[in-house]
Amino acid sequence: MSDGSMTIGAAVAPAGTTRRTLPAHGSRRTQAAYALVTPAAALMLVMLLGPLAGVIALSFTDYQLGAPHISWIGLANYQDLFADKVFWTALRNTLTYVVIVVPGAVIAGLAIALLIQSGTSLRSLYRTIYFLPVMATLIAMAVVWEFMLHPQFGLVNGLLRGAGLPAFAWLQDRNTALYALCAIGIWQAVGFNMVLFLAGLVSIPKQLYEAAEIDGASSGWARFRLVTWPMLGPVTTFVVVISGIRSFQVFDTVHVLTKGGPSKSTEVLIHTMYTEGFEFFRSGYAAAITVVFLVFVLALTLIKSRLADRGVHYT
Amino acid sequence: MSNAHPVPFRAILRHVLLITGAALMLAPFIWMISTASKPQTEIFSSELHLIPHRFALMENLREAFAKANLLRFLLNGVIVTVSIFVLQVMVALPAAYALAKLRFLGRETLFALVLFGILIPPQATAIPVFLLLHKIGLLDSYAALVLPFTISVFGIFLMRQFFKTVPDDLVDAARMDGISEFGIVWRVMLPAAIPAVTAFGIFSVVAHWNDYFWPLIVLNSEHLRTPPLAVAHFRNNEAGTSYGPLMAAAMVIIAPLVIAFLFAQRRFIEGITLTGIK
Repeated sequence: MSDGSMTIGAAVAPAGTTRRTLPAHGSRRTQAAYALVTPAAALMLVMLLGPLAGVIALSFTDYQLGAPHISWIGLANYQDLFADKVFWTALRNTLTYVVIVVPGAVIAGLAIALLIQSGTSLRSLYRTIYFLPVMATLIAMAVVWEFMLHPQFGLVNGLLRGAGLPAFAWLQDRNTALYALCAIGIWQAVGFNMVLFLAGLVSIPKQLYEAAEIDGASSGWARFRLVTWPMLGPVTTFVVVISGIRSFQVFDTVHVLTKGGPSKSTEVLIHTMYTEGFEFFRSGYAAAITVVFLVFVLALTLIKSRLADRGVHYT
Repeated sequence: MSNAHPVPFRAILRHVLLITGAALMLAPFIWMISTASKPQTEIFSSELHLIPHRFALMENLREAFAKANLLRFLLNGVIVTVSIFVLQVMVALPAAYALAKLRFLGRETLFALVLFGILIPPQATAIPVFLLLHKIGLLDSYAALVLPFTISVFGIFLMRQFFKTVPDDLVDAARMDGISEFGIVWRVMLPAAIPAVTAFGIFSVVAHWNDYFWPLIVLNSEHLRTPPLAVAHFRNNEAGTSYGPLMAAAMVIIAPLVIAFLFAQRRFIEGITLTGIK
């Protein structure tokens, strides 16, 4: 993080300026620097770091919005949480969602990127189409999906019936609701992953493919295995982690389509946190859920930096 | 034949696969437009058809606008996203410049905090920020929607990385012209950073136009609703009865961003995948 601005500054300083006058410049500049960072630093403290410390502290209290007093109750919230069946259901559903959506959206994103990149025609048209779901307001599209999945008049069941297959009440059936939400999640995330993979593919030097070909890697699969896949290593790690973090945050589709039902089959962590914190106003208890959520998200981030440290770096 | 012409065959296979996938991606959009164009009787029929027998888009749109104050909600979306972006730039740019080009005690610590801040998911701070806004009586207002997002640590990081690439000579020349450090931020660095600011702007506007979680938490009043909240309420009030107007409303809500995206798709993709360089 060493920075050459001071030395360069001294080098181009007007003739006659000696080194001894620099501190004066420096201190005026330092004052300016503090003035420039103060609003950002203050807001960071009030809106980000303070609340982060606050949510951890709150999780050890019995605070409820509007309650006259607040007291320290140690780990009681966590004990209640770990004894609560709803919490475990929410955690299991969240993990199921992550375990389905991450591989789905990553593999599909990679496959689409490879297909687009394997030819030259219509590249930008395809890219635009696959990226469209990323742009469209998820809540609006969730409402559209709900009607597509309508048991009687929806497109999906209509097509299934047409093909002579059984129809489902997708979002109203506890056995299918979570998977329907997963499908929406994958549909929405694929384009984002595709674009990241496309950027990764473009940055692979052409010479590597030529070298591989000279070494006898003539089939498409051999080129993928020997060049593309190892070169995409860092991008893939990144895409997996960012998809994981985003899936952990799943809330919008759950809240507008199922409210965690039927019979808690789509209850997920952030939805439980929302219900406890902003419907029942049990702030302390909801804070404990937030902390559990944070632990998972930060663990994912840690895995990413670990992998990045020992990962492949060709570029 | 495929052996004799391997290239055309592979090209055709590529298009077949990509078009199949594209149909899946576009299905909800097509179904939305199709349903928004159908009269009630055609929507509630078990017979599947894409093109309406009788075209009712205008009726459905009229009903959607009559049932919900969509224009007001779109305006709210504009007010909120633009305010957030402008304030984010006003806060982040000076800090990013200081972090990139000035020396001061605590610079490394501040930058480390910025990097740490990027890792904090927005849901994590929701409860304390909500309690804070409750305490100062700002819940259920534009301020509640805007204030928490005026600080974008990601924006600071991004602009700082960009400012690092701006030559120091440019800054020193400005200083010799007598421009203050504050002036340098807005008169030298901002013009040099327009591409980065644009990309960040798209990132920010898209994120906040589409945000549902925060407006849901802090808003109560109907007249302050942002577009995603408006659709959700429309759906809760009308679901099961008037899908035509509901789909028309959904169309209206996603239209501004989708149209902007289609006109400047390269910039949009750049902006939204900015998170890709975190």
